[in-house]
Formats: sequence, C-alpha cells, structure tokens
Amino acid sequence: MRKYKTKTVAADPRGVDSGPHFMDGDHAIAEGALAAGCRFFAGYPITPSTETFERFAERAPEVGAMFIQMEDELSAIAANIGAVWGGQKVMTVTCGPGFSLMVENIGLAAMTETPMVITNVQRAGPSTGAPTLTAQQDMMQAKWGPHGDNAMIALSPDSPQECFDLTIEAFNLSEYYRVPVIILADETVGHMHEKVVIPPADQIQVVPRNNYSGPKEDFRPYKFDGKGGHPMTRAGDGYHFHITGLTHNERGYPVVTAEQNKIVVTHLMEKINGNADDIVRLEENDIDGADVVVVSYGITSRIAVKAIQDARKEGIKVGSLRMITIWPFCENRIRELAPKIKCFVVPEINYGQMVLEVERCAGGKCKVISVNHCGGAVHDPEVILDAIRKGSK
Amino acid sequence: MSMDTAKFKNASPMAGTLRMDRMAHIWCPGCGIGSEVNAFAEAVKRSGIDPDKLAVVSGIGCTGRVAGYVDFDSIHTTHGRAIPVATGLKLANPNMKVVVFSGEGDITGIGGNHFIHAARRNMDIVVICNNNFTYGMTGGQVTPTTPHLAVSSTTPFGNHEYPFNLPFLADAAGATYIARWTSMHSRNLIQSIEEALSRKGFSFIEIVSPCTTLYLRRNRLGDGVDALQFYQENAVLKHGADTREVDIDFQGKIIIGKFVDKNKPTYSEALDERCVKVVGDDYELYGKTVPEREAEEKAEKERVAARRAAVQAEEEKAKRVVTKVSAKIPVKSSAKKAPAKVAKVTKASAKTAKKAAAKAPAKTVKKAVAKAPAKAVAKKAASAKKTAAKKIVTKKAAAKAPAKKTRK
Repeated sequence: MRKYKTKTVAADPRGVDSGPHFMDGDHAIAEGALAAGCRFFAGYPITPSTETFERFAERAPEVGAMFIQMEDELSAIAANIGAVWGGQKVMTVTCGPGFSLMVENIGLAAMTETPMVITNVQRAGPSTGAPTLTAQQDMMQAKWGPHGDNAMIALSPDSPQECFDLTIEAFNLSEYYRVPVIILADETVGHMHEKVVIPPADQIQVVPRNNYSGPKEDFRPYKFDGKGGHPMTRAGDGYHFHITGLTHNERGYPVVTAEQNKIVVTHLMEKINGNADDIVRLEENDIDGADVVVVSYGITSRIAVKAIQDARKEGIKVGSLRMITIWPFCENRIRELAPKIKCFVVPEINYGQMVLEVERCAGGKCKVISVNHCGGAVHDPEVILDAIRKGSK
Repeated sequence: MSMDTAKFKNASPMAGTLRMDRMAHIWCPGCGIGSEVNAFAEAVKRSGIDPDKLAVVSGIGCTGRVAGYVDFDSIHTTHGRAIPVATGLKLANPNMKVVVFSGEGDITGIGGNHFIHAARRNMDIVVICNNNFTYGMTGGQVTPTTPHLAVSSTTPFGNHEYPFNLPFLADAAGATYIARWTSMHSRNLIQSIEEALSRKGFSFIEIVSPCTTLYLRRNRLGDGVDALQFYQENAVLKHGADTREVDIDFQGKIIIGKFVDKNKPTYSEALDERCVKVVGDDYELYGKTVPEREAEEKAEKERVAARRAAVQAEEEKAKRVVTKVSAKIPVKSSAKKAPAKVAKVTKASAKTAKKAAAKAPAKTVKKAVAKAPAKAVAKKAASAKKTAAKKIVTKKAAAKAPAKKTRK
C-alpha cells in the first residue's frame, strides 16, 4: 500500500462496489475511478478501452456522477479540464490514436497544473495499427507527448486487480502533485478477466481535492517551488481564478518572459522528478546476488515470470524488477544495481523504448539486452529465457 | 502599478467586471473587441447575475484574450477548445453560468466540430463570437468567414473560398438562440447578451467586428471609424430573418437581429429525464436530487432577479442625480465661462452643418423627407445632414489613404 505525503480520507461508499468480482482490467479501471471519488467522465469510444467507458456510463446515474460522450478525443480531454476547474475529479480512457489527439490538452493540463487521470489501454500502432491487438508502444509518448518540457506520472498495471488499485493511486498522486497521471495499461491486461477484490470503502485511502479557502487577496492558484500539495480552487467559490496555457505568474496571469518561463518549467519538472522517491514504486524479487535482472512492466512482466522460473531451473541467478511506476523513471535503482550485476534484460512489446532509459542509467556498467518485440502479441517466454541465458554469461 | 495608476484604474466604471490590474489590454486602436467586452460587462451587470457564479472561457487569438481581462472565474484554453472546456465546467458545476467568448477562427475553424455538437446538444452555455473575418493574432490569414474575394495574407489575390454563414450553421446544428450584431450596435448587443444570459440552452451571438490592423488595412477599407460608419449604413435590422438568407458578402449588407429564440430541453434536462426514468426519483447528481437542484436553481433565479431590480433602481437613481446636477450647473458654475463654451461648440457645429448641407446628396435628404411622417421630417433631415458631414470627413481621410480597390 502506498503512503501519501498528505492526509487521506476514506472513500465515499457510494462509488465503492465492495466484494469479490470477476472482471476485466477495463472494468476494474472504471471501478477504481469511482472508488477514488471520480464523478465526471468525458470520453470518446476507442478499442480496446471502450469497456471502461461503457461501465462508467452505466454506473454514473446510481453513483451520482456525470458522464458525457464527446464528439472526439480533443473535446473529451478539454471537457475534463473544464470539469476539474468546475470542482470534480475526472478521468478519461483511450488508446494510441485517441491519446495522440488528447496530447494537446494533456499539455494544457500539465501547464495549468490540473489534476486528472488518463488511461491509455495500449494497442498496436503506428496509426490505426491493429486495434484489437496488444502493445506497449506508447511508453515514450506518455512522457514526451505534449510539446515543451513537462514531467508526467505514469503507472502500469499487470492485472485487473492492479488496474483497480493503481487507478486509485493515480487519482491520489494526481491530486497531490496537481498533474495529469497516465495509466499505461495494455490490451491484454485490459481484456483479461480475473478476480478483483474491491475492499470496503473505509479501507480505501483517498486524497481529497485541496481547495483554497483563505482570504481573496491572498489567493494564488499556483506556487512555483517544485513541490506538491498546493491548493487549487473551483469555479463559483468567489476567487475569480484565471488559468492559461501561457507562461503565467502565481496569480495565473500571463507573463510571457524567458525568466518566468524558467520559473514555471523548473517547477513543473522538479515537482515530479524531484519527488521521484515518493512517486516511484517497484516490485522486486530475488535481486540480491542476482547476475541477471529482468526489467519489465505490464503484461510482459507476467510472461517474464515463466522465463525467470525456467532460468532458475537451469541454475542462473536471475532477479526481477517490475516497474509499477513508469514515469518518473526509476533512475536511482537502475544506477545502483548496474555495477552489481552482469546484465539487465528488458522485454517489452515495442521496438525498444524503456530499454533506452535502462541503458542510459546503466551507463555501460553492465550489459543491457533488449528483448523487443513489435506489437500484436505477447512474448514467447522462450525468447526472454534466451536473453537471460546470454546475459548470465 | 503606482498608487495613482491603481486609483485611476479602480475608479473605472468597469472596475467590478474587468480585471483592472491587467489593463491596458493588448487590442489595437479601432478593434471591435473592446466595445464588445464593454457591452458584455454591462450586460452582466444589468442581468443581476452573481459575478461569483459566472465563468468565461476563451480559446486562442485576439478574442481569446477576453477571459484574461474579465473579473470572473476564467479559463484561457488551447486553440478551438473553449466550447468543450465550457461544457465540462458547466456539467461539473451546474450552478455556474458559463460564457464562451472567442473569435470566429477559434470557434468555427479549428473548433468548428465542438461548436456544432454543443449546439446539437443544446448545451446550456452562451457563445459570443467576435467575427472579424481574420486571424488577427497571427497576422491576418483567411478564416472560415472571410467574405469571398476579400484579401488576406493567405489569400493575397482575393479569397477564392466561400464563407460560413454562422447563424445558418448554428441554426442547422440546433442552437436555440441565435443573434447577430455588429460591434457598433452596443445597445442591441447589451440587450442581446443580457437576454442570452437569462435563458437556458445554447445561445449564439455573432458580432461582426472590425480588425483595423489587418482586415481593413489589407482591403483598403479605412480605419475603425470607417468600419463603424459602414456598419451604420449597411446593417439591416431583420428580427426573425430566415438564417439561410443572412450570408455576408464582401462589403455587402449585414443582416442583424435576433433570428432564433426557441425552447428545447438542454443537455442536462434531457439527461435528468432519462436518469429519473431509469433510477427513479432517488436519482442524484453530485449528491443532489432533481427537485433539490431545481429548488436551488429557483432560489438563485430569485436572487438574480432581486439583484437585477437593485441595479435598475440604482440606475434610475443615478439618472435622477445626473438630471439634478445638470440642472444646477448654470447656477453653480461661472456664468460667463459655460455659455462661452457652448457658443463655441454651436458655432463649430453650425459651420459643419452648413458645409454638410451644401454637400449632402440631395437624394438622401429627399428620400428621408418623402418617407418620414411630417413630424419626424425635421429630425430625419438633420440626421441625414449629420451623416453627410461624417461622410465628408471620411472622404477626406480616404483621399489621404491609398486608393480603394473596387472588387465588384
């Protein structure tokens, strides 16, 4: 269970459908959002994320939430930004082609420090690609999608249960750091049916919206200090906020100068990268004394388990590092491990994306083998096993 | 801001509705946006709406800067996305009155899809569209409403495309209130915006407005005053006009008025109705049942009406004070100075009037005389002279400017 730097409250029981369920990852994401207090959802249907969208539509009236299907992804994300400043917690789901359209206003959300959760249930690209087939090809897009420098948080679930859990974490992180948080799921996890246990509402920690309530003259929607936890506001509270995608001061007014741009961008980067220790969550197994460490995430980490088991049978000392947090990248941990091991093996369903980060941080101190595999299907564990064997030599 | 400047700014009659700490604004001299914002601020004041319950959303461009100057909750969005952001804000916080104030390139070019869909849904927002036929902020490119044959930086040989007829577009998409004015029609505009603010559903107000720096200059149409003169002479008031017939040709007639005003359930009303059918009377949105929300709305409506009455009463009072003060002026002020000033003015105006009368086209005067009833003849003839006088001034200015190109 993640610990937060701020106070949490129990979830609103109205949104929590407690008990054991048999559901797929997409549905679990919708349930996670409702449990986390999300009461607004504007979206646009796209395979393979549509199930989240449909479940929210069905559950909205009984939970008292607003659901709207917009005319496209451009407007879906824009409506969500409007809704956040209207006072609601919001989410939307999509996959690659839709995410590409949303990128415009994900940038606006980052610049205006608007908390929201965006799920990308990745499918094979590029372009329309293979809509029903799995992929992990949008890992870099989640970080570098919007133009200009900005830092995002991205989490990657490997099971329907984690889809539920991480969606709540995503909301909590997004509220504290006032940043869009991206859930990088994939088609396989999204459409995989498994047991999902939704705990009772009082056992779910929720970071509530932090709305300013002080005197009007002291109201500032921003504080550029590279930290999280700053209050925001909502329409109708009488503070007459102004938010803009332009470089702005702490009152939210445009100040288009090089000096101010530095102040704003430094804050946007530092509040995430400077707090990586708080945000990064990893799952590690048998790392101590390992010669080879398999770095994986999402559905690929579950395929890797089989390869790791087989490698152990062959007597290879192999550990596993599963990235639950994708961005910010677990730089410190990779730097720490690199001199101690022989090789990182990085399987992923793309042409080699996160492996670039592993290589960068390993800095030549150990081998790095990319087990890249284009979109469409999960790995054959045998391929990962081969890489582990090579790495151990 | 020095204390004196602050004091000066805060003494402005617009201080309650505009962010005076953000003045001066970026708009060019002669631009129509300033008077539109003034009209908007005045309409808000008169409407009685609580300034804390009003949000303004703008897109990108010259008009996109409106959100930053009005003293309400405001969002300056990305290009074209003002309407969906407003949609989200309204649905998330139904107690807010949400206004989109943006340009025609933003609303009907890059944001055209959002415009028609918000109209189709009858989303409860007011959309005010400054239509100046050009992308001003980027240097005067052609927009979806630039008249056929007009010159822009990207149609240097005259616009070969045909423009949108915005009221028709809004009408076809399902907007329930549609009006068009020019930036010169301040009184109508104030009334129209006030009316839109007081109703429910998708309200669209188009304001034809001059871009002096780019559109007027490139097309050699003179300056801001020339544009206002043009509007005065070429705007044709036609309430209830068939929206199919309100196209704007290059320097042609501009049909203005309120074209559409009809009732239809808003997006939220229609959604509530469905949800009550499915969930029953217990149906709640954000923890409030439909009757609870309706009661809140009714209470707010009453508060707005009370504020509106108070504003009206204050205005009446102010008018009486002005009358009293002006009645006192001759008594209080130095008797010599005041009449001298008046005399000077009279002399000057007499001179102009004489000149004007001599040069005024006989036709105009005759026409006015022939058509007007006996009582109004004198008044109309006088105004015709006035118009003629203005024309002379304009002609003089035009003579200095490079020759106008004829395009017909």
